[in-house]
Amino acid sequence: MTDLILTSRMVEHPSDSHTIDRYRETGGYTALVKALREMTAEEIVGEVKASNMRGRGGAGFPTGVKWGFLAPADPRYLVVNGDESEPGTFKDRQILERDPHQLVEGIVISSYALGVRHAFVYVRGEYPKPARRVQRAIEEAYDAGYLGKKILGTDFSLDVTVHLGGGAYICGEETALLNSLEGRRGEPRLKPPFPAIEGLYAKPTIVNNVESISNIPWIINNSGASYAAIGPERSAGTRMFSLSGHIKAPGNYEIVMGMSWRDLIYDIGGGVRDGHELKTWIPGGASAPWFVPDQHLDTPVTIDDVARNGSMLGSGAVVVMDETTNVVAAAHRIVRFFAHESCGQCTPCREGTRWLEDVLARILDGRGRRGDIDLLLDICDNISPGLLWPPAMTTICPLGPSAVSPITSITRWFMPELEAMIVESEVAVG
Amino acid sequence: MNTAIAHWSQANQERAQRILDSYPEKRSAVMPLLYVASLEHDYASLDAMREVAALVDVTPAQIQSVTSFYTMFKRKTVGTYLVSVCTSISCYLQGADEVLEIVERATGANHGETSADGRFSVEHVECIGACGGAPAVAVNYELIEGLTPAKAQQLIEWLNDTQPEVVLTDEMQQLFGGQRSFDWGPTESEGAIAPVPAFGPYGSAGGDT
Ligand SMILES: Cc1cc2nc3c(=O)[nH]c(=O)nc-3n(C[C@H](O)[C@H](O)[C@H](O)COP(=O)(O)O)c2cc1C
Ligand code: SF4
Ligand code: FES
Repeated sequence: MTDLILTSRMVEHPSDSHTIDRYRETGGYTALVKALREMTAEEIVGEVKASNMRGRGGAGFPTGVKWGFLAPADPRYLVVNGDESEPGTFKDRQILERDPHQLVEGIVISSYALGVRHAFVYVRGEYPKPARRVQRAIEEAYDAGYLGKKILGTDFSLDVTVHLGGGAYICGEETALLNSLEGRRGEPRLKPPFPAIEGLYAKPTIVNNVESISNIPWIINNSGASYAAIGPERSAGTRMFSLSGHIKAPGNYEIVMGMSWRDLIYDIGGGVRDGHELKTWIPGGASAPWFVPDQHLDTPVTIDDVARNGSMLGSGAVVVMDETTNVVAAAHRIVRFFAHESCGQCTPCREGTRWLEDVLARILDGRGRRGDIDLLLDICDNISPGLLWPPAMTTICPLGPSAVSPITSITRWFMPELEAMIVESEVAVG
Repeated sequence: MNTAIAHWSQANQERAQRILDSYPEKRSAVMPLLYVASLEHDYASLDAMREVAALVDVTPAQIQSVTSFYTMFKRKTVGTYLVSVCTSISCYLQGADEVLEIVERATGANHGETSADGRFSVEHVECIGACGGAPAVAVNYELIEGLTPAKAQQLIEWLNDTQPEVVLTDEMQQLFGGQRSFDWGPTESEGAIAPVPAFGPYGSAGGDT
């Protein structure tokens, strides 16, 4: 059994894992041959359903189920989401740079299965090198007859266009991404209609994350059932985690889910910096509520266990903070991010995130006021009523509610620290 | 080709056509064309926006509303080297604020400003996907991971002294970088010729391909 699906080639062949020659020497494009020559579109969708793979872009929706929703109208589109901008996340960048052919092969197989003749890879504008690598891989694939007209001599033809973003986190949200790809402001659309019914140019569209699509060649070569057999039942397969912050061995790790957070942080990540102690960590990107050692170190790293504990695995970004961290300052950094990235369509998000940022800034500045904690929670309640998990929404997309996570994290786990900062400033003011 | 861009270089006119041809609907070409137009005009100027509008048949006001939505289309002159310092959470935890301070002092340009000699523009930016190699900085969107304040100072001095025509991520990483998010693999010698993401189809990449 292979332990690594996505990263084995770059680990074993670090000097040329991104080239078509190395890709073919290591079994590349055999899944494409199998899919196009031996399988029907329905059979491929069936394998992806059987794999139980859940999308790696953050929402964790089963990919095969999503594919099943694709409306039959023509033309249809596949859009690969390489916007990767959730603070703490850098896994898609590694896939794009180090094994772009795996993604390209996944795109061709997926497009064949979905009846797509034009696919897009939306890469964030700040990723020119990953975009160059994918572009080169696409050009190599055209030259080799894996893209373009009559692929491998079949009737199936496909074009792929790489599209660079313009620096806007919100374009990672799938409907904002589609607006951006249509040459518009990257503002999320109201759903329904979902993209599978009305997506790019109001045509049926599947949006999938880079990592999700990169798993497809393996699933076709090895079967959906063998993918489903890896890891816990509802968190099947391997998955990329990005470890950063005060951790000894930061980086991306492809792991089988189900281990404990203790194992992930201490065994895989090497623990926190020497001489320091773990204070808190973000289990799934800046949008996720934080975990703390005395509650969550033994919680299993699965989509469902993390959700049951009031957070999410999201984009797989684990940000570790040690005892030196000023958690109010850390929360401010994250809230500032959401305030900056709010697209501005919804009042609770546009105004609320700005207010949260301002109130945290004045607390940090030593100008905190007695009612500030209530004020913070009241603003949060207006963005996401009831402060529930998963969050209730008053907004078009989940970005607004994401800004609530760092606030409820510090009021839940670090209230004395927050209160002390406000009391200190009151003393200082006199 | 469209007369609106008759004054563009021949190569960029051809690129614009290829970009338009690579989408089912031409409006989709707006963002790529804004990058090409920014190369022609040094930034996404009013003229640049008018020309893109003519190429895709929408009004200049519609193009302006798109341009203003995204941080990477610059609506005023940018220095030769755009230095973007990430100050998001993972970089913040690893001392990004000190790196920003040094970059601002060494260039003489604060966040959102361009130095008097026009050489540097500085900005602090949100996460650039290099959190495992925090703190991270990009020059014309070419990345350096694992900087220290001292290395950031040297980076600015080096840019000042050598004034590279093509900004190369691997070269800067080797000279000034440290901890990386992952093994980068072989060195690449294609890089940025302007403060526009270096991407072959947009004509913004230089060096050996
Ligand atoms: C604010 C916001 C930002 C998002 N950013 C990304 C992103 O950068 N990359 C990504 O793949 N999905 C992102 N998503 C999730 C997408 O909307 C979508 O669910 C995903 O691309 C679907 O792919 P998957 O099913 O393969 O996960 C984001 C969602 C939201 C609400
Ligand atoms: S929640 Fe925020 S980012 Fe999302 S659509 Fe509304 S304003 Fe835009
Ligand atoms: S937080 Fe700086 S690169 Fe991600």
